[in-house]
Amino acid sequence: MYWASWQDFFAMGGYAFYVWGSFGLSVLLVAWEVWSVHQRRLVAAQRIQQLQ
Amino acid sequence: MKLSARLYQYAAPQAFYPVAGQLIPWFYAAAVAFLISGLYVGFAVAPTDFQQGEAYRIIFVHVPAAWMSIWIYLMMAFWAAIGLAFNTKLSSMMAQALAPTGALFSAVALITGSLWGKPMWGAWWVWDARLTSELILLFLYLGFIALQSSIDEPRRADRAGAVLALVGVINVPVIYFSVRWWNTLHQGASVSMSAAPKMASVMLFGMLLMALASWAYAIGISLSRLRGIILERERCADWVKAEVSA
Repeated sequence: MYWASWQDFFAMGGYAFYVWGSFGLSVLLVAWEVWSVHQRRLVAAQRIQQLQ
Repeated sequence: MKLSARLYQYAAPQAFYPVAGQLIPWFYAAAVAFLISGLYVGFAVAPTDFQQGEAYRIIFVHVPAAWMSIWIYLMMAFWAAIGLAFNTKLSSMMAQALAPTGALFSAVALITGSLWGKPMWGAWWVWDARLTSELILLFLYLGFIALQSSIDEPRRADRAGAVLALVGVINVPVIYFSVRWWNTLHQGASVSMSAAPKMASVMLFGMLLMALASWAYAIGISLSRLRGIILERERCADWVKAEVSA
């Protein structure tokens, strides 16, 4: 383990903005993709039900 | 029944839809397991880089995303070509399902690369051969998606998209070899098929775990999107109506 404390960990040696920015934006994009794919199938299923 | 015939039956959307539904949770579970272990190795085990400090930890998301963006493109072009050559609907749907995920991974590679470039190179963006060819890859994905959605007749959209995807394959070796063909600011390959890795093995291990997580996620989400596409495109089929009302 290379971190003296949680604070040290979150500071990322002064690169917090870049490191957490990278991971944060990636997580947001993936979460959005999961949500939108789920939504797409839901909408498709609802439309088919309405047509019946 | 012969094995080949048993496999071919899954080329029918009706047969593949439930199979995909059963496979998805396993790929998601694998993705979560690899992600947790990858993040653990990447943040708790891997040491600080002696040149880049902690900023190098961005590679644990950047490199797997960049690998996936190229690999998904090849898969997309492969399925599009199969759909074009053999007129198999499900193959074309698979290509359609892969495109947004490939676009997402190339966007992640570009964004995280930019966030690494600012502190390391002093610039968010440079018109370097590697960066530019990766940006073209993103535009190829977006072009494929836009072209397909602009054509109303699905089978014509599949054919047009397949031609675009196949022409775009030329960009893949350009991305891969860009760091060798041109004198780029982007560093050369640390991990290549022809030489031993040029990085500490614990860092490499963390990166491979993250790559496996991305791989499992990409398969899971693409299969999930494929199921949505099957419902959209087969909406008039009786089995779809039965599936949805069940």
